Amino acid sequence: MKALSQKRRHPLAAIALLLMGLLVTGGLYAVATTVNQAKADTTTFSASDAQEGGKLFAANCATCHGMGASGTKDGPSLVGVGAAAVDFQVGTGRMPMQMNGPQAQEKPRQFNDQQTQQLAAYVASLGAGPAIPDAALLDEKGDAAKGGELFRVNCAMCHNAAAAGGALTRGKFAPALAGVSGQHIYEAMATGPQNMPVFNDANISPEGKRDIITFLKKIEANGSPGGADLGSLGPVSEGLFVWVAGLGVIIAFTIWLTSRTS
Amino acid sequence: MSASSTAEVPFAPKTKVGRITDFVDERVGGSGILREFGRKVFPDHWSFMFGEVALYSFVILLMSGTFLTFFFDPSMAETHYSGSYTPLTNVEMSVAYSSSLNISFDIRGGLFFRQVHHWAALLFVASLGVHMLRVFFTGAFRKPREMNWVVGGVLLILAMAEGFTGYSLPDDLLSGNGLRIIDGVIKSIPVIGTYISFFLFGGEFPGTAIIGRLYVLHILLVPAMILLMIVIHLFMVVVHKHTQYPGPGRNDGNVVGYPLGPVYAAKAGGFFFIVFGVVALMAAMFTINPIWNYGPYDPSPVSAGTQPDWYIGFVDGALRLMPGVVNDFHFEYIIFGHVLTLNVLLPALVPAGIIFTVLFMYPWIERWITKDNREHHVLDRPRNAPTRTAIGVAGFTWYCVMWAAAGSDLIATHFHVALNDVTYWLRTLFFLGPIIAFMVAKRVALALQRKDREIALHGRETGRIVRLPHGEFIEVHAPLDDYKHYKLVGFESPVPLPAEPNEHGVVTPKEKRRAALSKWFFEDRVAPATPAELEAAHGHGHHEAIESGEEHKSLSH
Repeated sequence: MKALSQKRRHPLAAIALLLMGLLVTGGLYAVATTVNQAKADTTTFSASDAQEGGKLFAANCATCHGMGASGTKDGPSLVGVGAAAVDFQVGTGRMPMQMNGPQAQEKPRQFNDQQTQQLAAYVASLGAGPAIPDAALLDEKGDAAKGGELFRVNCAMCHNAAAAGGALTRGKFAPALAGVSGQHIYEAMATGPQNMPVFNDANISPEGKRDIITFLKKIEANGSPGGADLGSLGPVSEGLFVWVAGLGVIIAFTIWLTSRTS
Repeated sequence: MSASSTAEVPFAPKTKVGRITDFVDERVGGSGILREFGRKVFPDHWSFMFGEVALYSFVILLMSGTFLTFFFDPSMAETHYSGSYTPLTNVEMSVAYSSSLNISFDIRGGLFFRQVHHWAALLFVASLGVHMLRVFFTGAFRKPREMNWVVGGVLLILAMAEGFTGYSLPDDLLSGNGLRIIDGVIKSIPVIGTYISFFLFGGEFPGTAIIGRLYVLHILLVPAMILLMIVIHLFMVVVHKHTQYPGPGRNDGNVVGYPLGPVYAAKAGGFFFIVFGVVALMAAMFTINPIWNYGPYDPSPVSAGTQPDWYIGFVDGALRLMPGVVNDFHFEYIIFGHVLTLNVLLPALVPAGIIFTVLFMYPWIERWITKDNREHHVLDRPRNAPTRTAIGVAGFTWYCVMWAAAGSDLIATHFHVALNDVTYWLRTLFFLGPIIAFMVAKRVALALQRKDREIALHGRETGRIVRLPHGEFIEVHAPLDDYKHYKLVGFESPVPLPAEPNEHGVVTPKEKRRAALSKWFFEDRVAPATPAELEAAHGHGHHEAIESGEEHKSLSH
């Protein structure tokens, strides 16, 4: 103890302290982030997948993301984004991006399943990241009510309580979720594409994600018990409807009633 | 029949039904009432029926609402949902929300009645609004109907209050968010705001009292006030008699139309069922307020696309348009320990305050400017009062800008534009829109007047081109019949009223201001064609016809 107190004014003491601090935070961070990678790389890719994927990447993605996916000023580095990110972005047609804009738009996808898998294998081989989720998490047999609560607390502020989508700032938006596959929903939560935050397994557990997917699929299958849903957009579409259709029909009747036959 | 004859020969009914009817009539005086009301004359025009639509919507609301009260429980006690909507099974919620879900899913016809009630509510306020627009633009608020205009304005406010209290009852996420905004607005009122909020909610928001309190307001106090106002309104309609559009044989001393009984009573009765039918069809085919989508109220989540029903939309829109900070200028002050939050207080109260103040005062404002103290029972065609029409259009535009702002997020997503740009444009239109609308509406009204004048003088263009023997082409103008002519020329066109000295021979500054406003009001005018002008125009036509040959005389007019 005496030696330590004597050396506390040593010129290198501050540096040693800084190093210790960095080591502790870095170590804690590494422990914390492995929560997210507990299931990393459960899907096995063959070496040839990664090799083929590398070729596809060089031909289609490297312009923006750089050779070796190290990133350029036009596109971020993809080292460590994981197979899930690739499967989501390429599988929904968002990548390759059609044009620059506030966010990548969904469009008919450009690569088939096999090519998407090869790209995913390639990117996954560059560094560990969220993997494509297990089929067991996508069976839509979770607790819908629990999923609904999680959805309202975590997702509804952007995606709308009925998952009909909503606006964000400066042209960005949260898309409607009807018709999106469970796998893509899961991957979006795990990787946070575009302007979406990442909901890692510490935020929402894999079971919670399964519940959310169950909820979304259930309300999609339920349809609208009260009749046509008018886009599930809430009071704006209802107000528009009553003014245009409701009042319109009634005005037609008033004209009929007050027209004279003479 | 004369009074003397009835006195001499007392009426003796011959049949049993006749005797019973006579018995009742002698004690109730029904035939006298029927004679009086049955002869009330109503002019026929489709635009006169919106008040009726509002009345019928209100009747539908009373009936469907009564059904809902049988099953609704306004308690905020906590429960776990156990009804048949599985995506909410075992979710913690209030009894109010749970009973609303039960009405929707477990009570036979419950969802239909809920939707009838809600659609009828939207239609009620919409038809009220259109009715008031009709009254404004045709000048029906002028003497002797100023007070009834005010009663109508009170009805509009009551309808909004009734709608908002009802919107909040299911205690779902959407309505809870709406209540939270109201709470924020109340709390932004200086000094007393927090006290009012705590009094209203029985403690800190949301508390456990608000749904029960709103329920009492919604089913007891506000509907009773609405009913009272409707009675006063209709009583005044009977006393004042109905207004009518200008036409031959119509003046401020008569009403031209059908008597109430039997034709109009049948029409009106049938119209009730038409309105009911339209509302029932909407309720059966289109969902409204799907509360099961929103989930139970919980102060933490706020869903995207959270909006109030359309009639509160303009207030929500004004709140959305208000910037939080402009450069470094924030709108929050702390005065003697009290926080004054202008960026909530200003947009929430000022535009609505301006709209309703002007709305209530307008009959007196116009009366002061025009010094018009005569009774008016013949309406103005909107084009024939260009400045009033322009004021109305400007006000309506202002309202619509705020209204649109309440849907700014949906405008952004559905038209693929940036939310920020929508907000910037609407902020600009908030200030410029009414001015542009005023100028455009006034010019359009004047242009229509000119068109009327042109048609009155030269007849309707037939589109038939005739070549005269000497080679000249003329378009044949068809003369109007006298009925149509009357409509185009038989209206008042006041001129600016200069400042007049009062009884002391002094022209007061107030009178000068009035004269200036009068000039602004009536300066731009298109005078209706005078008889002399009409004569001259026709004479001119004859002259041309004679020049171009006797046989073409009929062509030129």
